[in-house]
Amino acid sequence: MKDAFGTPQSLLVLGGTSEIALATARRLIARRTRTVWLAGRPSPALDAAAGQLRGLGAETHTVAFDALDPDSHEAVLGKVFAEGDVDMVLLAFGILGDQAHDEREPASAVRVAQTNYTGAVSAGLVSARALQAQGHGSLVVLSSVAGERARRANFIYGSSKAGLDAFAQGLGDALHGTGVHVMVVRPGFVRSRMTAGLEEAPFATTPEAVAGAIELGLRRRSETVWVPGALRVVMSALRHLPRAVFRRLPV
Amino acid sequence: MSADTVPVTGWGRTAPTAARLIRPRTYEEAAAAVRGCGARGSIPRGLGRAYGDAAQNAGGAVLDMTGLDRIHAIDADGGTVLCDAGVSLHRLMEVLLPLGWFVPVTPGTRYVTVGGAIGADIHGKNHHVSGSFARHVLSLELLTADGEIRTVGAGTPLFDATAGGMGLTGVILTATVRLQPVETSLMSVDTERARDLDDLMARLTAGDHRYRYSVAWIDLLARGAATGRAVLTRGDHAPLDALPARTRARRQPLAFRTSRFPPAPAFVPEGLLSRTTVGLFNELWYRKAPRASAGRLQRISTFFHPLDGVPHWNRIYGRGGFVQYQFVVGHGREDALRRIVRRISEHRCPSFLAVLKRFGDAGPGWLSFPVPGWTLALDIPAGLPGLGAFLDGLDEEVAAAGGRVYLAKDSRLRPELLAAMYPRLAEFRALRAELDPRGVFVSDLARRLHL
Repeated sequence: MKDAFGTPQSLLVLGGTSEIALATARRLIARRTRTVWLAGRPSPALDAAAGQLRGLGAETHTVAFDALDPDSHEAVLGKVFAEGDVDMVLLAFGILGDQAHDEREPASAVRVAQTNYTGAVSAGLVSARALQAQGHGSLVVLSSVAGERARRANFIYGSSKAGLDAFAQGLGDALHGTGVHVMVVRPGFVRSRMTAGLEEAPFATTPEAVAGAIELGLRRRSETVWVPGALRVVMSALRHLPRAVFRRLPV
Repeated sequence: MSADTVPVTGWGRTAPTAARLIRPRTYEEAAAAVRGCGARGSIPRGLGRAYGDAAQNAGGAVLDMTGLDRIHAIDADGGTVLCDAGVSLHRLMEVLLPLGWFVPVTPGTRYVTVGGAIGADIHGKNHHVSGSFARHVLSLELLTADGEIRTVGAGTPLFDATAGGMGLTGVILTATVRLQPVETSLMSVDTERARDLDDLMARLTAGDHRYRYSVAWIDLLARGAATGRAVLTRGDHAPLDALPARTRARRQPLAFRTSRFPPAPAFVPEGLLSRTTVGLFNELWYRKAPRASAGRLQRISTFFHPLDGVPHWNRIYGRGGFVQYQFVVGHGREDALRRIVRRISEHRCPSFLAVLKRFGDAGPGWLSFPVPGWTLALDIPAGLPGLGAFLDGLDEEVAAAGGRVYLAKDSRLRPELLAAMYPRLAEFRALRAELDPRGVFVSDLARRLHL
């Protein structure tokens, strides 16, 4: 169960090697979290992540989970929920792709969309149903500012996050009053493995800062969290720029 | 019998979870609800005054017992009442005061049910004399996990597990309660100020035995030499000859009168209760109290239940809600109390409803909260930054001093500390495992703390 401050005792991470997810897990383990499920494609990195969380004192399990195989989600996640209540699901999987390459090869662009959007739709719905049955829990969805307004430089990734973001908002409204809380997290540029080698955007942040914002959002039962918070205002302005101007922006 | 899936919280309005809210109107309906509650179990709920998640059951059934509210029999000579568990103490006062009887124990609100009073084994300002509520319960009828109704007499293991058992042994249906005789419905109250914590403890230790009721409001925002300054209010039921002649009070000495203000608004901005506003309130509250006054007459509602005059007062903390922290440490552990008060004062917790009281003897309840010593209760807005870690630190201090926190108020305790705080927890778990092997009775509190 979550305590009065929204801190979960059990956590299921979808995308178990995500740096943001692991920073969040570390933060929550320091408070109340005792059980962690790391779901992801089996890999040494996933096992290492589990080992690290075990070292912090959490009973950590790994689960073989593939976002690109939605048919398996019901069975894979069903097993986790059958083991006991999950107080928080962190939907953290996603790939950035390579915009230039993906524009040339539609098949790899579709992979980005399938991972970030359709995979999340399937896993999100499966998780939401399980959370609703237990009458409580938070579904925290890692979206991105890139989904707020698609830009020339990464519109394939951006459009997949836009779809995910809209889906999560709607799901949150659908679950309102059921005891299940859906929180959409929109970080800006996060310095991590995923963005290594890319040019940093303004308002860049870190996985640790995103984790802090998630913990605060849980306490406040927020529905939308921007990291850093200033991006809420910045994106609100960018959103209303005329296309002709937005197109010329060096972002 | 109606059932809706609705979000449920405790009085502190934190951590809402959804449950089927079932309102049985007969014992048979209650038994049917327990038998058919499904895999996620059920928990009884009264008037929802437990601050945390004690009367919540995520995904399961919550039995709203306020529909079972009949008073079956009053023995006006012997001073006992037999009533349903859903009867509120408010209702009992309305009915019993004109007959010259009062409830044996009342907490800071009269809007609690008899069932809740036993389930949380509540205490009041008379704990140092009268003990907690369950001491005055002669017997009760308990609907257990098998759907059967058992009569449970005081002094049996099942009774001791149920007193303070947070509804986890079964649903209390009726109780026979011993009453307190009174001549009037007024209180005779002495007030005095204490300039700091040591002065306060000295006054409580020296004078409590002279009063049936005693409590101190403590200013936890005062710092330095004034740390722990307080206003003591102590008194007893006023005898008839204390009432001035030829007044309405004298003509109707047993009339139950209450005052009622407009309810708190549904929306209150977060942060209304800040360090500044609460600090100002505390300063005024301390200054307005007389340095010493004796024999002032007060209504029962003013003396015991000042906040009941404002319906939904819990909304003043805004939608983020609040946390109530109450602990007790034994006599001889005044050092721990001093340290904790200093830490709270240094942390600048904006708490304006803080009370300190000296407890008397413990009751027989296995999970019953009161033990002889000092208890401090305070309200804190849940949104205060760093509050979770701060209270964890206080827990460590309380546990190290052999003390405990109150389950009826808890919404955030670390489960690992529970067994140290409640040494009879293992017996409680064993009795539950035998009485309720399928875990029919379960609450969010029980899930969170592995009760």
